[in-house]
Formats: sequence, C-alpha cells, structure tokens
Amino acid sequence: MRALLLRDLRLAMRAGGGFGLAMAFFLIVVVLVPFAVGPRADLHSAIAPGVLWLGALLACLLSLDRMFALDWEDGTLDLLATAPLPLEMVIIAKALAHWLTTGLPLVLLAPMLGILLNLAPEAYGALTLSLAVGTPALSVIGAFGAALTVGVKRGGLLLSLLVLPLYVPSLIFGADMVRRASEGGAVTTPLLLLAGITCGAIALLPFASAAVLRVNLR
Amino acid sequence: MNAIWQYANPKKFIDTSERLLPWVAGLAALCLGVGLIWGYFLTPDAERFGATVKIIYLHVPAAMMAISAWFMMLVASLIWIIRRHHVSALAARAAAPVGAVMTVIGLVTGAIWGQPMWGTWWAWDPRLTSFLILFLFYLGYIALWAAIEDDDSAADLTSILCLVGSVFAVLSRYAVNFWNQGLHQGASLSLDKEENVADVFYIPLLVCIAGFVLLFVALVLMRTGTEIRARRMRVLLARERMK
Repeated sequence: MRALLLRDLRLAMRAGGGFGLAMAFFLIVVVLVPFAVGPRADLHSAIAPGVLWLGALLACLLSLDRMFALDWEDGTLDLLATAPLPLEMVIIAKALAHWLTTGLPLVLLAPMLGILLNLAPEAYGALTLSLAVGTPALSVIGAFGAALTVGVKRGGLLLSLLVLPLYVPSLIFGADMVRRASEGGAVTTPLLLLAGITCGAIALLPFASAAVLRVNLR
Repeated sequence: MNAIWQYANPKKFIDTSERLLPWVAGLAALCLGVGLIWGYFLTPDAERFGATVKIIYLHVPAAMMAISAWFMMLVASLIWIIRRHHVSALAARAAAPVGAVMTVIGLVTGAIWGQPMWGTWWAWDPRLTSFLILFLFYLGYIALWAAIEDDDSAADLTSILCLVGSVFAVLSRYAVNFWNQGLHQGASLSLDKEENVADVFYIPLLVCIAGFVLLFVALVLMRTGTEIRARRMRVLLARERMK
C-alpha cells in the first residue's frame, strides 16, 4: 500500500498538471470573486467562508477524473485488482494520494486567500481546521465518483453531476463552521458533524467504491 | 414468499402488469379526477389562506411521491444487488424519471404557492433545499444509467449509487436544517389527529394522494414493460445481425 501511495504521489509530482493545478484553480476562483461582486470589503468578509469552501471544493473536483482514468487506460488497474492488496485499500491509497496532492495544499493555501477576501481575523483557525477535517471526505467521496465513471468516455461532466450532491453536507457544515467563527460564535457542533461525515465516509465509502470498481473491471 | 419472486420472470411480469395496468391507470384517473375536482371546486376557501391553499392537492401528494419513488428505487436496487432479478433493476430505472418529475411538480407548485404566502418564489429553507438536492440525485442517477452501455454494469453501478445517494440524501436533509430556520410549515399530515388540516380538506387530499400513488404505480408498470421490451428488441436485433 505504501508503494502504491508513493507511486501515486511521485506520478502526481512529476507528471505535472495535477499538483499545482488545483491550487492555481483555487487561487483564480478566489481572485475572480471580488471582480464579480465589486470592491466592497464588508461584502467580501461576509461571503469569504462560503467562497473559500466552494473554491476548495471545486478545486478538489477538478482533479478527480484523473484518479483512476490513467491507470484504467494502461491496464494498471487490472493488475492492482488482482494484486494481494484488497481493492478497498487500493482505493484508500488512491484517495489519500489525491488528498495529499490536492486537499492538503488547499488547506495550507486557504488562509492566504482568506486575506484576499478580508476574512475576519478570528476565523483563520476555524478555516484551516474545517478544511483539514473536511477535505479528506471530499477525496473519499470523489474516489467513489471517479470509480463510478471510470468506464465512461469523457465522464468528467457526469462525475461532477454525481459527486456535487454528495458534497453538500460537508460544504454546509464546513462553511457554517467558518461563518460561526467569523461571527465569534462556538464552532464545536459543526466541527463534530463535519468530522463525523469524514469518518463515516472514510469508513464506509471505500467498500462501495471497490464494489463499483470491480463492476467496471469485469 | 414464492409468490412475489415469480414476477422476476419478465414474461410473467409483463403478462400480469398488462392485465393490471388498465385497472390501476383507470383508478388513478378516477381518484385524481374526483380528488382534484372535489378539492378545487367543492371545498370552502380556508380562512387566512384564501384559495391559494388549494394547491395543496397537487403539492403534498407530489412531494410525498418524490420521496417514496426514491425509496422504491432503493428497494428495487437492493433486490437487484441481492437476487439479481433484471426486472427489478429495470423497475428502478423506470421509476427514476417519474420520481424526478414528481420532485419538479413539488418544487414548482411549492414556488407558486410560496409566492402569495411568503412573498417569495424560493427561499433557502431546509425542506426546499433538501428537495432540490433530491432532484440533483435523480438527475445524476438518470445520467449514469444513460452513460453506461453495458446493461448489467449499468444496473450494478446505478444501484450502488442509489444506496450511497440515499444515505447522503438523508444526511443533506438534516444538514440543511442546520443553517437556516425554515419558512416551510411542518407536516400537514400526521397520525396525530390534532395536527391535521381540517376534515373538509383532509378527505379530498387523501383521495389525491391515493391518485398519485396509483399514477406512480401505473407509470412504473408501463415504463418497466417498455424497458423489458426495448431490451428484448435489442437482443433480437443483435441475434439477427449474427446470422
């Protein structure tokens, strides 16, 4: 599993495209928002939690279709499925690699983009924490969507349609947590619910993804 | 238990559903006709609400069926996963567009009702939002069926999506409760008699709900039959080409 994880990380770093792209996309989404809503600082700080979470979510979505597609095309996925490693663990390794190359950079980048959007000073901790807790769920759910659409030609659009509704609970709790923090409120409840979704997704979804992948490899 | 599984045979299913279909469709038309005419023309206007309340005869049954349809798809998907009866998978496929249309009817009538009542067509209220998300789930489900060519894989993938989607649909339902206090009133129907709407409105509403349930059953039977026939035709064509 470690070998697979390292391989995926190395591929993401060296093959280019995947690694910096999500961050650049996140940056550009956040930069475009002030142009769209006009230069009003109070408005920016009001919508910052939502925009930052939405940007992170879309950036995450962007790189999902490459998760299995390349391995599917060159047959690596068939080898992985017949390897002694359970397919569930393959999915977890893939999702982890995706999170390390996409989610984690987004978590680190988000506070800097928060400055651009004039986020309230109290909310930076909550923003980083909520993204750190919430983005693993995005990767695992995304792995499920990617496994579903791996056999579909040009499945990117379908993937978004399938995955975005599944992202709704994470988005609600994550953005709510940042909003509460920026208004100086308590953040424990949304944080716990967000963590609950992440834990549940990590525990259960790999089985569904593996089942789906087996169907696709049949 | 043997009785229900015999309909896993497509021939048997088609024969029986064909015999049932005129009755179910007729009853649905009767219930809807009686319920809607009764509801719209023969009940008094509610005090405080005026005539706008009458849209309840479309809104409530459609909303109920939108959720029930997803539930029926869930059961059909489980039957497909566990016992691999093709009719069951096709029934789930057939129910999805019907459920999606019910959701749209619920949303649109809700908007038309909301405009005079709340002064807005749409509010980001928990119930409304969770319905919109349900609609997105329907779209994804239908799109996945359409996108995959191999029938068995498509049935497998969509049934797993239906299972996962059910969990997330419920999650979303409670998640949206979290961020906004709603405009939408509580349940109009409950077993607790005190909370119900008054009897004058209640009885035609029940007739309408029965009509929508029958309509749903009729549509699903018809569409499942069509799906079975379409698949059979494809097999025949393929066989023809092999010769």
